[in-house]
Amino acid sequence: MATAAITADRTNYLNQEYGIKSWLLTTDHKRIALLYLLSITFFFFIGGFFALLIRLELLTPAGDLVQSDTYNKLFTMHGQVMVFFFLIPSIPAVLGNFLVPLMIGARDLAFPRINLLSWYLYIIAGVMMLHCILTGGVDTGWTFYTPFSTAFSNTKVIEAGLAIFVAGFSSILTGLNFVVTIHRMRAPGMTWSRLPLFIWAHYATSIIQLLGTPVLAVTLVLVVLERALHLGIFDPTRGGDPLLFQHLFWFYSHPAVYIMILPSMGVVSEIVPCFCRKRIFGYKFVAMSSIGIAVFGFLVWAHHMFVAGISLYSALIFSILSYMVAVPSAIKVFNWTATMYKGSISFATPMLYAFGFIGLFTMGGLTGLFLAALGIDVHVTDTYFVIAHFHYIMVGGAVMGYLGGMHFWWPKISGRMYPEFWGKLAAMIVFIGFNLTFFPQFVLGYLGMPRRYWQYPPEFQVLNVLSTAGSTILAVGYILPMVYFLWSMRYGKIAEENPWGASGLEWMTSSPPPTFNFDHTPEVTWEAYNYENIPAPEEVAVER
Amino acid sequence: MSDSPIAVEEHNPALRHHFADMEQQRQASSLGMWVFLATEVMFFGGMFCAYLIYRYWYYNEFAAGSRSLDIWLGTINTAVLICSSLTVALGVRAAQMGKRKLLVILLLLTIVFGLAFLGIKGVEWYTKFQEHHIPGSSFNVDDLIKEYPQIRIDPSHQQIFFSLYFAMTGLHALHMIIGVGIFAVLTFYAWKSLYTPEYHTPIELAGLYWHFVDIIWIYLFPLLYLIDRKPLK
Amino acid sequence: MFDTFPLWPARASTTAGSVDALYIFLVALAAFMSVSIFIMIVVFATRFRRRKGVQAEQIEGSTPLELTWTVIPLGIFMVIFVWGAVIYFRERTPPRGATEVYVVAKQWMWKLQHEEGQREINELHVPVGRDVKMIMTSQDVIHSFYVPAFRMKQDVLPGRYTTAWFRATRPGTYHLFCAEYCGTMHSGMIGQVVVMEPAQYEAWLGGGAAMGSLAANGESIFQQLGCSTCHRFDTQGRGPNLAGLFGKPVQLEDGRTVVADENYIRESILSPAAKIVSGFKPIMPVFQGLVSEEQLSALVAYIKSLNQPPAGAAATPSLLPGTKPQQPKVQ
Ligand code: HEA
Ligand code: HEA
Ligand code: HEC
Ligand code: CUA
Ligand SMILES: [Cu+2]
Repeated sequence: MATAAITADRTNYLNQEYGIKSWLLTTDHKRIALLYLLSITFFFFIGGFFALLIRLELLTPAGDLVQSDTYNKLFTMHGQVMVFFFLIPSIPAVLGNFLVPLMIGARDLAFPRINLLSWYLYIIAGVMMLHCILTGGVDTGWTFYTPFSTAFSNTKVIEAGLAIFVAGFSSILTGLNFVVTIHRMRAPGMTWSRLPLFIWAHYATSIIQLLGTPVLAVTLVLVVLERALHLGIFDPTRGGDPLLFQHLFWFYSHPAVYIMILPSMGVVSEIVPCFCRKRIFGYKFVAMSSIGIAVFGFLVWAHHMFVAGISLYSALIFSILSYMVAVPSAIKVFNWTATMYKGSISFATPMLYAFGFIGLFTMGGLTGLFLAALGIDVHVTDTYFVIAHFHYIMVGGAVMGYLGGMHFWWPKISGRMYPEFWGKLAAMIVFIGFNLTFFPQFVLGYLGMPRRYWQYPPEFQVLNVLSTAGSTILAVGYILPMVYFLWSMRYGKIAEENPWGASGLEWMTSSPPPTFNFDHTPEVTWEAYNYENIPAPEEVAVER
Repeated sequence: MSDSPIAVEEHNPALRHHFADMEQQRQASSLGMWVFLATEVMFFGGMFCAYLIYRYWYYNEFAAGSRSLDIWLGTINTAVLICSSLTVALGVRAAQMGKRKLLVILLLLTIVFGLAFLGIKGVEWYTKFQEHHIPGSSFNVDDLIKEYPQIRIDPSHQQIFFSLYFAMTGLHALHMIIGVGIFAVLTFYAWKSLYTPEYHTPIELAGLYWHFVDIIWIYLFPLLYLIDRKPLK
Repeated sequence: MFDTFPLWPARASTTAGSVDALYIFLVALAAFMSVSIFIMIVVFATRFRRRKGVQAEQIEGSTPLELTWTVIPLGIFMVIFVWGAVIYFRERTPPRGATEVYVVAKQWMWKLQHEEGQREINELHVPVGRDVKMIMTSQDVIHSFYVPAFRMKQDVLPGRYTTAWFRATRPGTYHLFCAEYCGTMHSGMIGQVVVMEPAQYEAWLGGGAAMGSLAANGESIFQQLGCSTCHRFDTQGRGPNLAGLFGKPVQLEDGRTVVADENYIRESILSPAAKIVSGFKPIMPVFQGLVSEEQLSALVAYIKSLNQPPAGAAATPSLLPGTKPQQPKVQ
């Protein structure tokens, strides 16, 4: 491991060129990653802002803070913004964009201009969504169920639909770029069995993006056409079938939940070995389970429709398949845990987030098993139990993984260390705030509180108050990292090439990397996670 | 993957900086196109799925709707598209052999066929417009009801057939328009001698795309035009 | 303690107990799994925390272990699946002879009609111990009929009937929620289910019996709309004899056979062309737009009632062999 002397004035992708134009017209995957980082952070706070308003409204049983129509718009746009404009692009478009070429030893993604195009599509979609939000919003729920969305809602369904349609293309193009890059651009010696698990996770994610998103796109086109031109494809008064819409929607949106979780699992699969100084336990199984999730994920969509009026037998089939798709997730959890056995474990911030991820994802996943059990789902579907289930996975799991990854690779991205104390503190706050917000919702759901309720019977109030209290703590936990990341860009300790002593090609170039990533294309002769041969960093590498 | 170091001495001007060599660049582009076509399959797949379900439910209306389409124009269009696929295939061959003039001519021919297809499609759509078969407020299928008294036609189910007809052929036509646009650009570059036997990937990729659009039509034609042409009892 | 801080809603139906049993099992399983994983993590994290001079031991992995933690969870999952499926199967198959309640949902209210003719809005009165089958449809968007105390939920779709059933076990007043988002006042589309002792229930029924039963109501609509001109109870009519139709397989013109359930009757009235009965001409007019959902419910109830021996002065359909006369069970 060459430890080149780092000097701050070495040219890198950040100081190569200056000026707005050099950013807006860049084709450098690392710069595009930063553009994405800015944009998704923006949308995360918009979505979070809606979430806080939702929680505030639910503080009291009566609908007193906002009008019912406003409330309906709040949760709709909260869901749409968080899913389509934050979580789906989050890890792939930021960390993936930054790291996929670095990790496989390439100089850029296969199609740099398409990469930039996909960011512009995202921005166009984002502007459409913002315009939609500012001029009235939508109130269909993020699921756009027909015939409400096509014939009854009098909000801006068409605009929101088109925004998500465009965002979908952005996502498809990112996936396409990753698949081709991973297939064709690996450095010499970087065989499939030496790929970091982060890459495997992104490969699996991209498959879903490529094969699922077009179905959502065409479904939204049909919704828009039906609403605009009164075609009758989903509207029962015109002979259409509203369940067909649900099938098409979930055919994408179930796999889409794995678009959201797989990259996070990839991040955790990098962090855990690094802070245990160990090769990951069962590399092949972890890699293959990603692919397994991607493939099986396409076969379970109708588990969202157990009470929607599908036939008894299809319900049975989709239930059993949902259990099949849970197995690969279980494999991952067990392997991460096993990796810690006989490790040499340290507790830097990324590792705390990884612990958080494993714990909360496990709880979210296990409650997914409740939902897949037909008899239980009848009672808890469309209640807060479902809300809690998916926030445990998407916020407790995916967002935790994302934050862990941001901390882990921040030195590489910015060339600076974040303040470790504040990092640990924020991780704790997020963990506590999160559980306080969403654990009561499991109980609420089983007690029967339906979701998307603007007002609710007073006996549910206590639990709702707890949840609202938790969300304010959560807000602090999310604002903190933003503050200290910004602070560290200027005042943080200068990062070395490989501050964590991690394996992986991305750590073998300077921090931040030069525009073309490597001065010489690396030649890989070792297996992934060869921690045997990497010295652990000094204990207090990150403390200031 | 290639073993050659990044620093390549003799530089093909078409080689982009981040590829090691032309071979890698070519392979990446063509894989990219195939992957893109896979997403396109899913894109049309959603609609085909809707089509199949409704055809099973509302068979009478689908058959009647199918009869109301002009089978001759449909057949001619199929032939036109197959010809255009042929000219594209020949064009790729011409590019491989470096025959610039032939390439330009073949590409132009492809564009002409493509436009012919769109023109004929336009005529068909216009007829439907005059017959009030366009879904919407002026939608009216009394003519079909009169024509086929043997079967009962439910106008709302009939409208689903036409909705799908327009959505599917419309989406296909959109792909054709994009294809024609791409070929127009390629023709211009071909004329400027950009393509050589070593570098003609864009022609190949556009060809792949065009064949794909063709294949979609090969499915659309029987599904929409040939549902049930037997004389009614 | 559970009164002030309950963990599940009241159990007021026969399914509630079995759903809760599975739920408690799952909670225990989930708690066991997550606690064991957490304990393992904590133990490893303290036992193997970084120390000077102690190196991590590189372990490749272990196929037997991987197989263990693939197969054992899969086995557990299958237990959950079967258990859940059994409950669901019971929830989805209404017992024979259940009393029927017709539900029409619209933005943002529930309209309910009892077989006996009572109509209610946002309120459902049922006796303890009787099987009640809900036959539901919506006038506009999708709603969902949800009674947490019964652990029962079923989406209510426009343009078709969906069904659900329950048997209440404990008198009381319980929440009725709309659980599928349906627009502005989705959260206001609530009501209550009042479960009564049978005697009380009879008294309540008596209170509103002036209207006559739903089937009788359907019969008069059947006359008004002129259905009876074609559908006669002999073989002379231009349309099929509807007596004894319900629940029987019907041979169609195109060779298929369908069972005449509520949705079939509904479709036969609203868009008769979709399924033509073998041996008849497609001459029946389309009634889409001419009958309201309530009238439709009454017609369906009437046609179903034709399976029973004549009650009073109704038409004289012959009771077909094999049809069980319907008798509400009161316990
Ligand atoms: C990232 C997002 C994500 C992920 C990964 C998952 C993962 C899973 N989900 Fe979830 N889900 C959502 C997001 C997600 N879900 C969303 C957003 C909704 C609601 C959408 C809406 O209606 O708005 C939803 C709704 C939803 C429903 C429909 C509920 C309803 O509306 O009625 C169901 C039903 O089956 C379900 C099941 C599952 C299952 C079985 C998994 C499995 O993949 C989980 C597998 C993981 C584990 C099982 C944990 C680890 C395993 C172990 C530690 C093994 C040990 C265990 C044992 C031996 C028991 N989910
Ligand atoms: C990635 C996905 C994601 C994420 C991250 C979140 C994050 C959060 N969500 Fe969720 N949520 C969904 C996806 C997500 N959500 C979806 C898909 C639905 C379903 C929608 C539907 O039914 O259609 C939903 C629905 C949903 C509901 C149910 C609404 C209802 O059914 O009536 C609730 C209620 O508590 C909720 C709460 C929260 C909270 C408290 C957070 C917190 O984690 C948020 C924390 C973040 C912050 C608190 C931001 C901090 C920022 C500030 C404080 C700055 C203020 C901003 C400005 C001044 C601009 N969400
Ligand atoms: C003009 C005559 C005519 C009138 C009026 C008419 N029907 Fe029919 N009906 C038919 C014929 C003929 C059939 C068999 C062919 C078919 O399925 O369409 C039929 C079929 C049916 C069926 C399916 C029967 C089976 O055996 O499967 C039902 C149910 C039905 N009608 C109910 C009604 C109701 C309710 C009305 C009034 C609201 C009504 N009909 C009015 C002629 C009529
Ligand atoms: Cu009706 Cu929600
Ligand atoms: Cu799902």
